[in-house]
Amino acid sequence: MPLLDARNVHGGYGGMNILNGVDMAIESDQIGVIVGPNGAGKSTMLKAVFGLLHVSQGEILLRGEPIHNLPPNKLVQKGMGFVPQENNVFPSLTVKENLEMGAFLKPGNVKRMLAQVFEFFPPLHEKRHQPAGELSGGQRQMVAMGRALMAEPSLLLLDEPTAGLSPLYMNEIFEQVKRVNSAGVGILMVEQNAKQALGIADKGFVLAAGQNRFTDTGAALLADPDVAKSFLGG
Amino acid sequence: MNELVFFINNVVIAGSVTGSIYAIGAVGVTLIFSIMRFAHFAHGDMMTFGAFMVLLLASAFPGAGAAFGVPAALVLLPVAMALTALLAVGIDRAFYKPLRAHGVKPIVLVIGSLGVTLMLQGLIRLFSGTGGQSLYVDDRKEIFRLALPFEGVRVPVVITEPQLWLFGITLVTVVGLHLFLTRSRLGKAMRAMSDNPDLAQASGINTNTIVAVTWVIAGGLAAIAGTLLSLDVTFKPDLSFFLLLPIFAAAIVGGVGHPFGAVAGGFVVGFAETLAVFNWSVLLRPFRDSLPEWLTQAGNLAFVGTEYKIVVPFFILVVILVWRPTGIFKGKVI
Repeated sequence: MPLLDARNVHGGYGGMNILNGVDMAIESDQIGVIVGPNGAGKSTMLKAVFGLLHVSQGEILLRGEPIHNLPPNKLVQKGMGFVPQENNVFPSLTVKENLEMGAFLKPGNVKRMLAQVFEFFPPLHEKRHQPAGELSGGQRQMVAMGRALMAEPSLLLLDEPTAGLSPLYMNEIFEQVKRVNSAGVGILMVEQNAKQALGIADKGFVLAAGQNRFTDTGAALLADPDVAKSFLGG
Repeated sequence: MNELVFFINNVVIAGSVTGSIYAIGAVGVTLIFSIMRFAHFAHGDMMTFGAFMVLLLASAFPGAGAAFGVPAALVLLPVAMALTALLAVGIDRAFYKPLRAHGVKPIVLVIGSLGVTLMLQGLIRLFSGTGGQSLYVDDRKEIFRLALPFEGVRVPVVITEPQLWLFGITLVTVVGLHLFLTRSRLGKAMRAMSDNPDLAQASGINTNTIVAVTWVIAGGLAAIAGTLLSLDVTFKPDLSFFLLLPIFAAAIVGGVGHPFGAVAGGFVVGFAETLAVFNWSVLLRPFRDSLPEWLTQAGNLAFVGTEYKIVVPFFILVVILVWRPTGIFKGKVI
């Protein structure tokens, strides 16, 4: 049974459909990457999975259980973590407090998970008493991912984790995504840096106009001349 | 030296009293703003309600404090706090929550709170009457006169028992609130929600719970502020309503959404008010020989007359909004 199985998902804001039948399935040990042109519905699909958008048609299953249109806090309880693209930290809270908020529903786990997250992101340990608003973009992204990991999710949703980061930080974030995945967390992420992202993807989904255009393994999509020509800039 | 004692009595003590009350009131206003993003105009009347509950309880059990050697009003304050917290949660359920559910703009909530103000004030007036009543129902208000051990000092430092309680309770409240917001899980979640409500929800924080907790705390604090004020003077149904302006000035001076800014703002506004109406000619008396006559002859050298005290927070408010709209501690701009 796949970890996440989205079938024929339709949805949008205020009666206007942005998603027009998206299919997406990833296994629990996989990294899924959503790429595509602007306005293709990439982030919208991620929001639909995390209950931030009304799904008008189709279904989304988490380990076979329908979860579409459940509120986000229920989905956190069911093992889903979401890292928004922007405003993804609590700026006036310290790094440690940010992480603690991630484990709000599992207060008993805080100590153990803090140690684990600090092991994943050593720079955060050093800055744990600093307000997250004072950190650099890359470190904020670590705080955001760390906060989501604190709840021990089985599926982590990342919305453009490398947006606005320098290439150096970008590679570091991709490395960390791979490490988080090998620790047993399924990943579904939206990325603008399509080539690098597909490079670490087990499954790639190329969306256009709210529908799947290509769906394959990351390597196969990178090798496909059609995909390269229309979506990866040659 | 006598002039110094006069200064202590009329500025240091009086300013601290006013400042403490403004501080506790402003903390409640700022907490509500940081969680629900609207200016809660009914806060003054929640304070009055708290004090009125104390008055009712103290009239029903006038001997409650005798066993502990403290005024009955203070022993019964925790009960009044609980009742006011209940009222605050009830008001939210009945009036503000339906408005929020409709996704109205904050200004609608502000006007709604104005309605709650009129309603609460009317209700309290209906049951308490319009006159002033002492919260010292059966107890005696002690007045302490501390003579300073200096030669030539004839005037004692005067401080009343409720003022001493007020300083103590303010200190305990501020420290307690600090510990709650920085150490407890719910307190941190409150700060998180104030920072970023969407992310708080995405972290699994139940925002409805946080809203309810905020009202409980705001109600409790309002009861404390209203009671301390009424203990210092007397209970009146419109007493706290007239504090609304200085309390909002204090919250804005400190930076809206900043609890400790609100405390600082409360003392800034309280002392500014006290200093503005203080008669400085008294302090000039020892230097009378070396000062020009027009300065020493003037009988009253206050910046503004006591009856114009209310312009001081107004003035501070305008200055802050023009020059530093985010307040001392960089709060959110309203």
